[in-house]
Formats: sequence, C-alpha cells, structure tokens
Amino acid sequence: MVAQNIAFGIIAAIMVVGALRVVTVNNVVHAALWLVLVLAGAAAQYVLLTAEFVAVTQVLVYIGAVMVLFLFGTMLTRAQLGKEKQLNNPTWYLGIPASLLLLGVMILALTSSFGDEKLPTDSELVSTQAISDQIFGPYLLPFWALSFVLLVAVIGAIVLARKD
Amino acid sequence: MLVNQFLILAAVLFCIGVYGVIARRNAVMVLMSIELILNSVNINFLAFALRNGSVDGHVFALYIIAVAAAEVGVGLALVLLVYRNRKSIALDELSEMKG
Repeated sequence: MVAQNIAFGIIAAIMVVGALRVVTVNNVVHAALWLVLVLAGAAAQYVLLTAEFVAVTQVLVYIGAVMVLFLFGTMLTRAQLGKEKQLNNPTWYLGIPASLLLLGVMILALTSSFGDEKLPTDSELVSTQAISDQIFGPYLLPFWALSFVLLVAVIGAIVLARKD
Repeated sequence: MLVNQFLILAAVLFCIGVYGVIARRNAVMVLMSIELILNSVNINFLAFALRNGSVDGHVFALYIIAVAAAEVGVGLALVLLVYRNRKSIALDELSEMKG
C-alpha cells in the first residue's frame, strides 16, 4: 500500500505540473507535449485504479491519435512555430479566481462527503472480458449510438475541412 | 489508498482545465484544456468503479474517450475552417454574432 501511495504522489505531482504548463506555456507545440505527459500520467493512474484496459485505450487513443491531430491542427493553422505573445485573452486573469473558487468548493464537498474512506485493497484487476460483457450486454444501445456519433464526426470533419 | 486522493487530483486537473478554457485565446489551446477536463472526469469514473466494485465506470470511461476523440476531430476541422476564412484562430476576434 505504501508503494502505491508513493507512486500515486509522484505521478500526481507530475500531472499537476504538466497541466499547469499546458495552460501557461507560450508555445502551442510545447503545450501539446506537456499534455502528452499529463495523459500518460492519467494512464498510470488508471493502472493504479486496476483499470488496465482503459489505460491501454488511453495510450492508444489519446497519446497516439488525439495528439497527432493536435500537432496537425497546430501545423495547419499557424505560420510560425515559435513563441507567441497573443495566446492569452486580454482578461485572462479572470480565470484564476473562477477556477480557485471552483477548486475550493469541490475540495470542501469531497472532504466532507468522503473524508478518510479507503479504497478496497483486495480487488483484482478488472478483466477485459468483464468490460466487454457490459458493453455488449446492458450498454449495447449507447455503444450503438456511439458508433453513429463517430461516423457523423468523421463525415462532418471531412465536410468541414475539405476545400471546394 | 484513499478515495479522496484520486477525487482531489481530478478536481485539481478539472480546475486547471477550466482556467485554460477561460484564459486561452488560441482555439487549439482551448481544445487542449477541454482534454484536461475530460481526463479528470475519467479519473473520477475509475475511482468510483474501484470503490463500488463495479465495471460500469470502466464502460463510461471508454465511451468518454471515444466521444473525446470525435470532439477533437470535429473541433479541429472547425478551427481549420475558421483559420481558412480569417487567417487567425483567435477566439476573441470571432464576434460577428455580437448583438
């Protein structure tokens, strides 16, 4: 248990630092690379939470596909790849009190409702078979809808981005 | 491990993402902040799946990953379209619908 807590602490610190760099750094490509660090840390946390299949999916879909999309988007929408002065809104400082207030309310609510409750330590890894039994059993209709969402997204992205 | 350590980590990431959505001017950076928010939600789902000993949280996390991929695809296509029409993706310049 101690080893898991130490691993959690290290990964959580890396994730928070990476997330702060994503929203503060003045270079879009660097922000995308910091985001890779945060997403990889999230995959590691999923492994700590005994969710191996979701962790692998996170690596494949986010770090593999979504980050390539982001880098392509950066490449296609910007002339220069260096630093940029105008990445923040003129009223960017309004975000600080808004997010700190939200964080305070959330931490207050979480500590008052969960307190020192511990996660079960004897749980086994959730097998991929159990997840697929859920997806193709009770959650079949949402899965079906999701495949339509992906189809519509593919068609929509092609229609929007094509030149004519 | 406490339940709260994962939930508070997710809350911190969520608030950083909210700050990014408010503060950033570049549309691609706003999409990246939205990814941070979606990831924090996934951590919450998996923490509660472990706490309740159920598989449903894993299914929801997978669905969120799929929807996020679709959202990024359409979002970047929109950004590309805006860039092609205006040569800029600064969000505060898109004010044609202002009353």
